[in-house]
Amino acid sequence: MAVVGVLALQGSFNEHIAALRRLGVKGVEIRKPEQLHTVTSLIIPGGESTTMAKLAEYHNLFPALREFVRMGKPVWGTCAGLIFLANKAIGQKTGGQDLVGGLDCTVHRNFFGSQIQSFETELSVPQLASQEGGPETFRGIFIRAPAIIEAGPEVQVLADYPVSSDRLLSFDSSIKDKMENTEEESKVIVAVRQGNILGTAFHPELTADTRWHSYFVKISMEIGEETLSSLVPAQVSTNHNQLAPIDLPIFQ
Amino acid sequence: MEGEGSGVVTVYGNGAITETKKSPFSVKVGLAQMLRGGVIMDVVNAEQARIAEEAGACAVMALERVPADIRAQGGVARMSDPQLIKEIKRAVTIPVMAKARIGHFVEAQILEAIGIDYVDESEVLTLADDANHINKHNFRIPFVCGCRNLGEALRRIREGAAMIRTKGEAGTGNIIEAVRHVRSVMSDIRVLRNMDDDEVFTFAKNIAAPYDLVMQTKQLGRLPVVHFAAGGVATPADAALMMQLGCDGVFVGSGVFKSGDPAKRARAIVQAVTHYSDPEVLAEVSCGLGEAMVGINLNDVNVERFANRSE
Repeated sequence: MAVVGVLALQGSFNEHIAALRRLGVKGVEIRKPEQLHTVTSLIIPGGESTTMAKLAEYHNLFPALREFVRMGKPVWGTCAGLIFLANKAIGQKTGGQDLVGGLDCTVHRNFFGSQIQSFETELSVPQLASQEGGPETFRGIFIRAPAIIEAGPEVQVLADYPVSSDRLLSFDSSIKDKMENTEEESKVIVAVRQGNILGTAFHPELTADTRWHSYFVKISMEIGEETLSSLVPAQVSTNHNQLAPIDLPIFQ
Repeated sequence: MEGEGSGVVTVYGNGAITETKKSPFSVKVGLAQMLRGGVIMDVVNAEQARIAEEAGACAVMALERVPADIRAQGGVARMSDPQLIKEIKRAVTIPVMAKARIGHFVEAQILEAIGIDYVDESEVLTLADDANHINKHNFRIPFVCGCRNLGEALRRIREGAAMIRTKGEAGTGNIIEAVRHVRSVMSDIRVLRNMDDDEVFTFAKNIAAPYDLVMQTKQLGRLPVVHFAAGGVATPADAALMMQLGCDGVFVGSGVFKSGDPAKRARAIVQAVTHYSDPEVLAEVSCGLGEAMVGINLNDVNVERFANRSE
């Protein structure tokens, strides 16, 4: 059985593990650097990115995470995880926060504002639909979500979301020049892929639709084909000997 | 109101009650899900908020007085000055919560207007309405409410709460009530899980909770929203205890900033919640934290029970 690591410092790691379980894939909780050696792919879940960065720092996880990404192992970050993977993040707390990096883009933390601006929308995801089937749209839940405001040439855009361009400008004057000749309506990027790195600003783990998870598991499978046989299936987490954790409902 | 003029009572189906246009229940519960495995700390000024953020708190609760001071000073405790809440909001990037009095929906409207992330309809403040809670479906911001048992938790969820916390006994530094309340919720759920479907109607009646939510709880084997511990957490061990009892995260009120070394204690509690099932880490983070907050013995009959203020 395929095994995917889920960074379990804080946030929606249980929801990711539950989504993987629905696909018949085992998700194992990763809390310490040495546990990273037991998995070939990793999901960095949503949560509070500053909290997760602090906890990663306390347990010296950053070097191991950077090494993991550098080796080209598949990594998927949702929301806070996307911020972790970005090479550059703006709108951080005073003093900034450590990032793992690897994804050539600039992410704006809390781009959409506070909880009152959190929303749900149907995103157009042609790429995902062509590979995984199903409807052309995906139910995107954005919770105090970040957005990608700039992406490098290597980065493949998988989904975007329309916002007014003055809103974009008010956030970051450095991109003003590029925006000058665009019309009123502009778009921010909310899902990307660069090689084996996948990033989504929304939370597929909070929906019943497992297409993003299946998309990611397939990336891991392609890579892990040769190495999979040598994989020792997880004796990582102590919690996993207990009853399967119970999950929250998915609100339709 | 939707359904107006149809002359028919809207039943629970199709999410008619829980769904508002601007902020679906999924988005409200979603933020709470992002807070799972985290610690929410009470802070009274921007400086404390920064300390909490630096320590790794996943959210802060902006207050004028921490519960221990409310207890000591007495009088009527109300919503904090919005100015103070705004200052705290500016100081940090993590979510900011604030307390409104039970039943005081105008305080909640004010908190919504200043763009707070979560409202705690809290028994720690003096009650504004001793019969009714706020109708939380009318708001776009999500609410967290306290409970002592399963029935109370499900009543709050039916009123629109998107997150539940135990009541515990705030401001005492004494974990006994929080343990009692978590144990009560968890044991009721275990009983419910093993119950014949035919018996659920009477069970719902006995705990005075809506049948549909009782049934959903039975199927899930847990509360249908995120469930945090609160009220009396003072040490990393207390926090890990609540996690091992099955909570999704922890609120720390007076425990951090009423102790000798707040920054260090805050950091230790954050780590204890992440590594709650790893005694070695717990031992490591529990070392040399300085003085804990002064505790209050709850056998003393003169201690006011905040938890009993509402049903």
